[in-house]
Amino acid sequence: MPMRALAGTRIRERRLSAGRAQADLARQVGISASYLNLIEHNRRRIGGKLILNIADALGVDSQILIEGAETALLNTMREAAASPEASEPEIDRMDEFAGRFPGWATLVGDQHRRIRDLERTVTILTDRLTHDPHLAASLHEMISTVTAIRSTSAILHDTQDIEPEWQRRFQRNIAEDSRRLAETSQSLVAYLDEAGRADSNFSAPQDEVDAFLEGAGYHFTALESVRPAAPETIVAGSIALTSQTARGLAVDWLTRYLADAKLLPLAQFERAAIEAGYDPGLLAQRFSCPVPQVFRRLATLPAGKEHPDIGLVVCDGSGTLVTRKAPPGLSLPKFGAACPLWPLYQALARPNMPTRSVIAVTGDRVRTFIAYAVSVVDAPMAFQGPQLFEASMLLLPEEHFDLPAQAALRVGTSCRICSENDCPARREPSILTDGF
Amino acid sequence: MSKRVLLIEDEPNIIEAIRFILARDGWIVDTHSDGATALEAIETKMPDLVILDVMLPNRSGYDITRDLRAREDLADLPIMMLTARGQEKDRDIAAAVGVNHFMTKPFSNADVLEQVRALTAT
Repeated sequence: MPMRALAGTRIRERRLSAGRAQADLARQVGISASYLNLIEHNRRRIGGKLILNIADALGVDSQILIEGAETALLNTMREAAASPEASEPEIDRMDEFAGRFPGWATLVGDQHRRIRDLERTVTILTDRLTHDPHLAASLHEMISTVTAIRSTSAILHDTQDIEPEWQRRFQRNIAEDSRRLAETSQSLVAYLDEAGRADSNFSAPQDEVDAFLEGAGYHFTALESVRPAAPETIVAGSIALTSQTARGLAVDWLTRYLADAKLLPLAQFERAAIEAGYDPGLLAQRFSCPVPQVFRRLATLPAGKEHPDIGLVVCDGSGTLVTRKAPPGLSLPKFGAACPLWPLYQALARPNMPTRSVIAVTGDRVRTFIAYAVSVVDAPMAFQGPQLFEASMLLLPEEHFDLPAQAALRVGTSCRICSENDCPARREPSILTDGF
Repeated sequence: MSKRVLLIEDEPNIIEAIRFILARDGWIVDTHSDGATALEAIETKMPDLVILDVMLPNRSGYDITRDLRAREDLADLPIMMLTARGQEKDRDIAAAVGVNHFMTKPFSNADVLEQVRALTAT
């Protein structure tokens, strides 16, 4: 199985297996047969709208043409090998294994995902038991009430010559405590029922929001019109958002989207973006608006038009990724920390100083991007409260842009699956070079 | 002469039950319910033994014990801790701050009485 075939080769394979003539497919997607021939032999780069149209015409997911189905499988297997409990898998023979035994390789990937989901469920349940203040308060109340009932009933049972006044008093106390115990128990059961319904899939709220945004292609037509829908209405109609926390995060995200859309109306912004070659600096000047706002608008342009697929990563002051829109060919870490060399983190250390760099993301296939990054400071409570930092990094795929004349900075996605041996920023060994 | 116990607990019906069983055994029982002013109550009542809850309003029983042990005049005062939190780490904290006996809720009246007698035996 060719594990590192190029996009053109994949298009050719898919076309031939579908029994389509080159001229027929070329006509359908609006290009000449000779141009398609050059693409299929990897002599012309392809991306943007054209690859989406070809994928559509061939009835396959565009990601499979861009990255190949094998890349997703290899990424999952690499994650499985990075598990702390993994023994010593032969990383260097992973391609060979996936190629010779694709069924077994898929099973390894599926089981790894299943284990990861189950581990996350256990973590969430443990966190809930340990840190849930409502649960802790309810259990404390129950134990205190049971203690009072036990002690009082023992007095009534064991004391032969108890005075009538004390007897009446203790009977009244037991009646009170029994009622209280019943109410606390009912309240606790109702709380657990509700929590079970709200978070039945036990996924993290941010993951639900990511799935919701990915499902919409990060673009919301309903928020672009002059009479936009309310974010709450869009969220209420989503089946991807199950927990209250995730719904709240999604409303926040859409509210910010709506504000961006009002300030930078879509039709006007699209025209300007094309004219400016998607340069966020020029667009920020053109619209007199903050750079992060332009980042967000560029990353949420509608798919299926002629726009490049632009990635956006946003982190808060702790470095936690709060927006993860991956451009084609780049995997963003879902768990743990990302590569500390990302311009995103460099920007976090230098607020209000926009940077542009070229990054080469290492991996099976090195992908190059133009990375724009900036961090801003917000003080929602003015002088009364803390300053909040947020950094954003926009990723423009090299296929669509002329790279600036500067050396590319080699970065990874996270240390454990990065092969850059001599990296000064390394914080833990890589499974690709050091094993376990 | 009767010995004196100060019960620092915020649950009224537990206070009433413990007060009853100790009073029937001949103890003078004083009570207090606020963590923030517990040290002043101890200084005022000068009990032979303190029965102390952990989760009190405004101040925890651990913090009260720590302060008490730091004072020369109260460093040896016997303390029996009552708590709904019976995990190993809670016992460890209690031992570290200087609690003499750690008892988890719900407790039996007989055990309370036995420990109170044991801790004040001279």
